[in-house]
Amino acid sequence: MIRHLLSGADLDAGTATLVLDTAAEMATVAGREVKKLPALRGRTVVNLFYEDSTRTRISFEAAAKRLSADVINFSAKGSSVAKGESLKDTALTLQAMGADAVVVRHPASGAPHRLAEWVDGSVVNAGDGTHEHPTQALLDAYTMRSRLGRLDGLHVAIVGDVLHSRVARSNVLLLSTLGAKVTLVGPPTLIPVDIAAALAPGTDVCYDLDAVLPDVDVVMMLRVQRERMGDSYFPSAREYARRYGLDGPRMRRLPGHAIVMHPGPMNRGMEITPEVADSPRSTIVEQVANGVSVRMAVLYLLLGGNNR
Amino acid sequence: MAYPPAAHSSPPRQPSVKVILAAADVSRVVDRIAHQILEKTQGAADTVLLGIPTRGVPLAHRLADRISTFEDVTVPVGVLDITLYRDDLRRHATRAVGPTDLPPGGIDGKRVILVDDVLFSGRTVRAALDALSDVGRPASVQLAVLVDRGHRQLPIRADYVGKNIPTALAENVKVTLAETDGTDEVRLYGGSL
Repeated sequence: MIRHLLSGADLDAGTATLVLDTAAEMATVAGREVKKLPALRGRTVVNLFYEDSTRTRISFEAAAKRLSADVINFSAKGSSVAKGESLKDTALTLQAMGADAVVVRHPASGAPHRLAEWVDGSVVNAGDGTHEHPTQALLDAYTMRSRLGRLDGLHVAIVGDVLHSRVARSNVLLLSTLGAKVTLVGPPTLIPVDIAAALAPGTDVCYDLDAVLPDVDVVMMLRVQRERMGDSYFPSAREYARRYGLDGPRMRRLPGHAIVMHPGPMNRGMEITPEVADSPRSTIVEQVANGVSVRMAVLYLLLGGNNR
Repeated sequence: MAYPPAAHSSPPRQPSVKVILAAADVSRVVDRIAHQILEKTQGAADTVLLGIPTRGVPLAHRLADRISTFEDVTVPVGVLDITLYRDDLRRHATRAVGPTDLPPGGIDGKRVILVDDVLFSGRTVRAALDALSDVGRPASVQLAVLVDRGHRQLPIRADYVGKNIPTALAENVKVTLAETDGTDEVRLYGGSL
């Protein structure tokens, strides 16, 4: 088993499938009266969050607690970081406290990779800048597999702000490893030139959402970040919604079995309409529940044994 | 079985192998345990068999099969994976987690019989008891094993034993079953002489 989970590319097909299979077993715990397993008793997991994130932090916290690990939450606001402590000094402090795993979210791309060089424990990337978010890709793959029964041969459209999306990058890497075909869809200003070739050959790019809809098994909508709207990547929010938003009529052009995903938090009315978000095709609530199971699997596989 | 000649010079000795139970013996032993279960549980009423992977699972199915042949009662069979409850998780590379599969009726208020191939230190059974208390509350728990080789490290005993095999700690008992390994056999691998 690997020691850190920093990128969707860290996992080969066998390891990724092991994570998904383990997550399926972890999911059964959620239905039990005692939602707790003793596997990580006495281990310490630090959630080191330099960016605000409710759902990812809570998801990791729930996952670690269900495995009986001790959880320490460290958010940059109101901490020594606000007083100017460097990432390295914070890392060494955590090290001295005996953290077995550090779950890190950081606005700078690559911060978890640096952190992994400084600490003895395992590092899990919970989102770094506009780079990667591998556990989100794993939970998306898990959701697709449980809804559609397979990943190999699936056609997945990832729609929206690919340029700034760590979710998109990790998904392209992981899904191509697992045999799915990805088409990136969005305005040309938000899809980097040559991204397909740089991440995974075989990935397509298309600037017309309506052209890909009839041919996909999964549509993954990315959040349009409000702070990007002033940066003139597209003329107006309304034009974006009209060209790249998923609404009822577009959803009805999908094949009958196709599902709609969104990593959250959603901008209802922008990239997705309430009709679509609340439809039976939408897996948005499932994705949150699956996130806990997948993160349990990741923490168990990284910390459960003696992998040094 | 002939022991290899005692050699005083250094070449490593071949460990001796002894077949303790052949296929026909295994089947007779399983029949006997099935009869004992019926006897001790008044016809296997309110009883659930839970196999501990890997080889406890086919054994549990065989016992249920024999019980239904002898008395025409259907005993529910399930699987109890104990990986996450082991006390030696940190001594090995991470172990893959297997499925836990309880019968539809559950185990609450039932008599649960845990089934495993070899009873040795008792640590697997300890882990199984912990796992069991997290998935339900049985009325009582019993233990059936194909082989008891002794050397307990915990205060645990079996209610149904197929065969007691006195062993030395250096020896090794290996159970193979048709479902998992192709043949039914119990072998004793000797340590040094």
